[in-house]
Formats: sequence, structure tokens, C-alpha cells
Amino acid sequence: MSRKIIPIGPYHPLQEEPEFFKLHVDGETVVDIDIELGYNHRLVEKISESKNFDQVAFMVERICGICSTSHPFAYVNAIDDLLGVKPPERALYIRTAIGELERIHSHLLWLGLAGHFLGYNTVWMWAWRYREPVLDIFERITGNRQNYGMMKPGGARRDIFEEDFPWIKKTLKELIPKLDMFKGAIMDDPVIRMRTEGVGVLTKEDARDYGLVGPTARASGVNIDIRRDDPYAAYDKVEWQVCTHEGGDVFSKAVVRILELYQSINIVIQCLDKMPKGPIDSGIKDIPPGEGIGRHEAPRGEVVHYIMADGGNSPARHKIRAPSFMNVASNKKAVIGETISDATIILAAVDPCYCCTERMAVVDYKTGKKMMDGQDLIRLSQEKTEKIKNKLGR
Amino acid sequence: MKRETIIQNIKIRSGGDLLDFQDKSKNRIYFTINKTILLQIAKYLFNDAKARFSTASGVDTRKTIEILYHFAVDDIGLFISLRVILEKPSLEIESLLPLFKCAEWIEMEMHEMLGVNFKGHENPKHLLLKDDWPKENYPLRRDT
Repeated sequence: MSRKIIPIGPYHPLQEEPEFFKLHVDGETVVDIDIELGYNHRLVEKISESKNFDQVAFMVERICGICSTSHPFAYVNAIDDLLGVKPPERALYIRTAIGELERIHSHLLWLGLAGHFLGYNTVWMWAWRYREPVLDIFERITGNRQNYGMMKPGGARRDIFEEDFPWIKKTLKELIPKLDMFKGAIMDDPVIRMRTEGVGVLTKEDARDYGLVGPTARASGVNIDIRRDDPYAAYDKVEWQVCTHEGGDVFSKAVVRILELYQSINIVIQCLDKMPKGPIDSGIKDIPPGEGIGRHEAPRGEVVHYIMADGGNSPARHKIRAPSFMNVASNKKAVIGETISDATIILAAVDPCYCCTERMAVVDYKTGKKMMDGQDLIRLSQEKTEKIKNKLGR
Repeated sequence: MKRETIIQNIKIRSGGDLLDFQDKSKNRIYFTINKTILLQIAKYLFNDAKARFSTASGVDTRKTIEILYHFAVDDIGLFISLRVILEKPSLEIESLLPLFKCAEWIEMEMHEMLGVNFKGHENPKHLLLKDDWPKENYPLRRDT
């Protein structure tokens, strides 16, 4: 039976994230920015101390709605580090495939929103359209489009069936020409380049000072990637490359993410080709007293989980550090001195788990009066693109 | 810089202030140091060993507060944790903010969650908790 899909939307209920940026402007120029966090603080670290080690994997999956497997991935790495064991080979390949599929859909989501902010709504629609097949793969493998529940301390929770392999590979390969189209449309478009090149630049020194991670750091020419530097799962068993770019601007961040999409597709296909047969779970029973640190290169950068166990059934301490915790702070450096119409795309360029921009307010530097909200800023950004287009006669 | 060189240099620089060293695995090492030399060792790791400050974990062990400062030396995949033990009730330690900006938010977080005071941190307001959160009420403390 052929599958039919009825599109509903586009709607984005996951995009409203409570971060608050207050931009201080003088004329058109941003002179300061206040970043306020904590509107949705759930004290997950404390909740973790009341869950058993198996439940924690599910609980941390609820931290992020977009890259939901990043936290459980780092968490199971931390437990593996605490125990000093390596899960069965097949489980390592399954973890890797899930981690990379997630990177594909997360980067496509970013690409779409970046297009929207720049006034290229076609890019937005298309990027999200081509993200759908990836979510379909997740649905086939795990039963869910998000919150897959695939990570388990000591292994993987579910197997990927061999009979699905050809369909998954076919679906991913079909994505490559679409990526080529995006690559051409974005990297060769003079208007997009004018809007993003040299905008919101973060240098190598800034990257070190702010401790930047992930594509935000790699776009500033910092060659770091946890998957290569501190190999885990099956990342050292597949062929792939770390993508970097030297510019440090919004354009470089887009380039790095687009290039990483190709690498991720390549990694998933290799995982399916090389996946050995065998068990997927090592059947961990008890967690002895000790400490473990797990790291994972999430779509937005390094996630760190620190676990302290005291021999009981729950973590005695569970410290979680998400990549945006490092990257969002760099907005202070990137946005000051830029114009208001570029602020939206600069703040969005670090992919801060998004829509902080919806909650931005522009305050007049001298009077302290609120002038605009997030919607106005997106409109302003889109108008700037229109002006450049008209100037270039496009 | 090589793994062994870094370990050796930290040992030499710490001298008698190195309380413990744990070589857990190829990519994970833990140093327990006296809080008086934290700034010096952090400076060595950041400036000389070219380590990246990753984050810090504060742990309440009931009698003490332990802070683990995590540094990543990415080109050799090494993850170094500097453990500093603070005896209650005097929870004061040097801020790492003069060395790198990325210490700002995590120190704010440890200040509001565990009640640790960071000397030299100019902006000790709340990061995650609301501004009118009751004073001396620390969510991750075990003695409250």
C-alpha cells in the first residue's frame, strides 16, 4: 500500500522558547544586550536524583524538544564511562545512526528558520519539507518523530530492523540532490551573501574566550568535534570529516551546517552497511559508586553530563551542560555594533534552540522606551533583504 | 601538548597542594587540588596547555561542597577535571572570570544553586532562578 501524506501547517508549536534578549540600540546600532534565562527552568538536575538510572535516560530526553536524543546520548556515555564498559557493537552503531539522523533534521530546521528570518520563505518551506522524510525514518525505527527513547545505559533500547535498511538508505540518498539545491541557492546567492558575510563575526580568540562549541566554533575556524576528538559510539569506525570554515560570520555558520548534513547522511549509511549482528544490550544491573563524564557532539555542539553515583539506585549528582549554555553567551560579542535589522539573524546564527527572537524587545538607548518586538525585527530583516534584491535588480 | 607532559606540569606546579590524582582512563583524569592554587592551575591549562573551559560541576557532599572544573584539551581528546573541596560554611573561592568569559554563567549558576561565593565575579545576580527567590535558599544544597 502506498503511503499518502496530508500536509497540515506549517505550524511550529516547538519554536516558542523562553529566552529573553533585551537589545539596547542607539539609532540603528545595537550598543548592548541583556540576556535573561530561566523562564522555563525545571531543575532537571535535582529531578534526576529522584529517578533510577534507567528512568533518567527518558527524563533527560525531555530537556530538548528538537535534538531530543543529545542528552540521553551524553548520559549513557557517562554511565559507560563510570562503569568502564563498552556496550555491544551493534548498539554502538544504532546510537551513532540515531545521533546523526537527529543532526540532519536539526540542521534542516535551522536552515529553514534562517531563511525565514532573511525573508526567503521558500527556503523555509523547502527545508522543512525535506526534513519530513528524516522524521519518517525516525517514526519507522522508533515509533516516534521526536523523543525516540533509543538510548539505554549499556546498550540501545530498540533494534533497527534489517528489512528497513534499504528504505532508510534510499530515503537519505534522495535527500542529497535536495541538499545540492540548498547549497547552490545559499552559497551562490549574492543577496544572501550580502546579508550574512561579515555579519556577527566571532573570531578564534572569541571562540576560546566564550568556550564556544559545535558549528558555532567550527565556523570560526576552531577545529573541534567531540565525535573525532574523544571518540565514542561507532564514530571511530566510520569514515567522515569535520567541517570548518574560517569566516566566523553568519554565512560561515550556514556553510558549516550545510556541509555537515552531507557528512551525517554518509555516516548513517555507513552505520547501516557496517552494522554487525548480535545483542544490543549488555544488561547492566547495578551501578557501583563512582564518577562518570559523558560527552556527545549534539547538532549545536558539545553536551556534557557528569554523574556521581553512591551505590544507590539513583544518581547522587547529575550535572548537565547543554551547548547553548556556552554559545548563547557569545551573542553579547556578536551583536554589539551591528544594526537592528541584522540582529535577528545574528542571534539565530548560533542556533540557540530557537525562537528567542520571538521574545526580543528593542529599547531606545536614551529614553528606555520599548520600540519593537520580535515580529517587527523579523519584518525589518526581511525588508533589508528586499532592498538589496531591488538594488541588484533581482 | 602531550597527555603526560600536561599531567607532569600540573604536578610540578601544584607541589604540596596536589591532594589527589586519579588517572581514570585514557581520556579522563581528575586532580584534587587546594583551592589556593586553582587560579594558577586554570591559567596554566587555558594559556599554556591550550585547554578549553568546558564547564564546572558543583556537588554538595553534605559536609563540603566540591567543585569540579572541567577542561577539554581537544587535540588529544583529554578531559581534565580539577576538583576543589570547600569546607562548609566558608564557601568562597576565586572566580575564573579574569581568565575567560565563559566562567561567568556557570559561576552565577553555582552561586544561586549551591551558595558558593566567587571572589572577583562582578555580576553575581541570578541566572536561572527568579530575582525574588528567597535568600539563603539553595535548591541543590542538601542541608537546607
